[in-house]
Amino acid sequence: MHQFIGYVIALPLVGFLVNGLLGRRIKSEVIVGAIGSATVGIGFALSCMMFFEMLGALPEDRSHVVTLFRWVGVGALDINIAYQVDQLSILMLLIVTGIGFLIHLYSIGYMHGDPGFWRFFAYLNLFIFAMLNLIMADNFLLMFLGWEGVGLCSYLLIGFWYDRKFEKGTTGDAAKKAFIVNRIGDVGFLIGMFLIFETFGSLKFADVFSHASTLSVGAPIALWITLALFVGATGKSAQIPLFVWLPDAMAGPTPVSALIHAATMVTAGIYMIARCSVLFALAPVTMDIVAGIGALTAIIAASIGLVQNDIKKVLAYSTVSQLGYMFLGLGVGAFSAGLFHVMTHAFFKALLFLGSGSVIHAMHEEQDIRHMGGLRKHMPTTYWTFVAGMIAIAGIFPFSGFFSKDEILWKVFSSGSMLLWVIGLAGAGLTAFYMSRLVALTFEGPPRWDHHSKHPHESPRIMTVPLIILAVLSVVGGFVGIPAALGGSNHIEHWLEPIFDAAQQKLPSAGYHSHTTEYLLMAVSVMIALGGIFLARRWYLEHQNVPESIARRFPRLYSLLMNKYYVDEVYDAAVVRPIVKESDKILWRIVDVGLVDRSVNAVAKLVGWISVRARVIQNGATQSYAAVIVVGVIIIIAMMLGQ
Amino acid sequence: MNADAISINHYLMLSAVLFAIGVAGVLTRRNAIVVFMCIELMLNSVNLTLCAFSSYLGNSAGQVLVFFVMAVAAAEAAVGLAIVISLFRNKQTVNIDEINILKW
Repeated sequence: MHQFIGYVIALPLVGFLVNGLLGRRIKSEVIVGAIGSATVGIGFALSCMMFFEMLGALPEDRSHVVTLFRWVGVGALDINIAYQVDQLSILMLLIVTGIGFLIHLYSIGYMHGDPGFWRFFAYLNLFIFAMLNLIMADNFLLMFLGWEGVGLCSYLLIGFWYDRKFEKGTTGDAAKKAFIVNRIGDVGFLIGMFLIFETFGSLKFADVFSHASTLSVGAPIALWITLALFVGATGKSAQIPLFVWLPDAMAGPTPVSALIHAATMVTAGIYMIARCSVLFALAPVTMDIVAGIGALTAIIAASIGLVQNDIKKVLAYSTVSQLGYMFLGLGVGAFSAGLFHVMTHAFFKALLFLGSGSVIHAMHEEQDIRHMGGLRKHMPTTYWTFVAGMIAIAGIFPFSGFFSKDEILWKVFSSGSMLLWVIGLAGAGLTAFYMSRLVALTFEGPPRWDHHSKHPHESPRIMTVPLIILAVLSVVGGFVGIPAALGGSNHIEHWLEPIFDAAQQKLPSAGYHSHTTEYLLMAVSVMIALGGIFLARRWYLEHQNVPESIARRFPRLYSLLMNKYYVDEVYDAAVVRPIVKESDKILWRIVDVGLVDRSVNAVAKLVGWISVRARVIQNGATQSYAAVIVVGVIIIIAMMLGQ
Repeated sequence: MNADAISINHYLMLSAVLFAIGVAGVLTRRNAIVVFMCIELMLNSVNLTLCAFSSYLGNSAGQVLVFFVMAVAAAEAAVGLAIVISLFRNKQTVNIDEINILKW
């Protein structure tokens, strides 16, 4: 079955080509949507078959490399278009194709009537194709192809409504911001890749990781490689310091936010680090940095999320924060816990985004939660599914988020770093608080919208069915990873064990803690989450003056949060503007006009100069052509006689 | 070899001279008809060479080839003269200096 991976990856490409080239001619939205969804849906069905075959195989027979053809062969560099089907990539494959399929279906309803309907589906298919290359690649270069491809699709889809205003600029500005910030990260990835090739002489995962096992822990080259790769991960997965693009990426249509900027693309950094776990395990310093950055991002993004008023902005900061948790997990060596959170997060965050899309749809493009409220009775399905997602992300037992977040927090605790654990726990409380606030302000309380111009209604079936499926997954998705302390056997950790085995051997083993400690920690985190939920409900439904009075008492803190710690402003002043200013003088006037333009013009002039002289030969007079022939014949005869 | 007898060299010399005259005519004459006649001269000089070698080597293949060349030359004459006539109809001249549109 694993050899079908080529079809899984090629199908979305076919969908992209068909919809992209012919979509404008296909007048029917149904056909365009069906092509776009079917290519991903068939891929999901094949992935499931591959997964079940893998389940039936012995653990040592679960990893395969499917080579399609040779891609690049230059000297020592030998790169194939080859896909690695193993426990880790099949997990990502199921997430990407499964969630991707649901979001494609949802988009048929959400994008209904949009003049760019076919363009949207073409981009979505292209995204799936690129994402599959990223996660299935068996070498760094092919992974980088996917890495850049998803960045491109992210850019195209953020700026999908390129004629719309977004905040201070247009959606195009948001798209460019995402693209450029990602480029900064990509430089890190590239440097990491160069270092890997320089050190190991290959870019194939199998070669690199088997060579890496021979290095000793703490080798300087491992530090540099992993640091460079981590810079790439911070760009793609929106971590400090490169997280600024993700909130702006909300300029895109909501299904895009759900698919690309919550469930799949932004987890690429986590996947990449998990894939390179052997390398990271060799660099304890990098691991500490990963954990530190993750924890810091988790708490900072969560605190910004507390005061945002745009429904999608809250979710965006929530995503950044949850990605921080995943990095925190990776950083303490809990690779499978990080991946587990990738999976559950994909379920509930896709659900929350799609739910917010349903709300925005019903409210005629209104996104400000101050102008919502009381939507519960108008859109019950959206409400209940959204609440399921909220409880899951808050981490209430037995919803999926509980198991994955607690697994991470438990691993952080048992790795012995109290500070990180406290930060993680605080972040969990904040998460519960802002999510509960979001639900309270959006769906409950008195309506704060104009009854004459707005008539909220439940979304069509094609949108609510994916919501329901995702809600079910958000509720039960955690059961694949019930920890031993709760009588489960943590299937997902055992499933991924062979992948992370080599890395775990290099890591210091965690200290022993009894089940009692684990129960205690679980109880603490659930209590904090419940506290956050009820506090938010109390403040935003019953005593509505409390948040305002707090904001008034701490005006500087409030404006600091409201303005997202002024990170955008600082970057603008420290990076963007100096570059723009200097570009004007150096890059534009000297490099562009002086060097590039002049050298291009010089080439054109040279060609013109030669042509003027050369065209004399071709004068149209038959006799001059005949003369050339005669001269040629004479020269040939002379040469023959001369021999 | 008998000095008085006409040897193969004489034929080849004559042929070469005729060919050179033909080439010179093609390159220098301005009248398309004359150029055309010079081409025929070149063809016939080659025919002479073929016949001479055929006789010298006692192999009739050369003479067969001469007939072939004559047939082609006849066809070429028909086509060539037709081209000259239609050129004259269009441009009222057969001066090839004025026929120089064979360029891009």
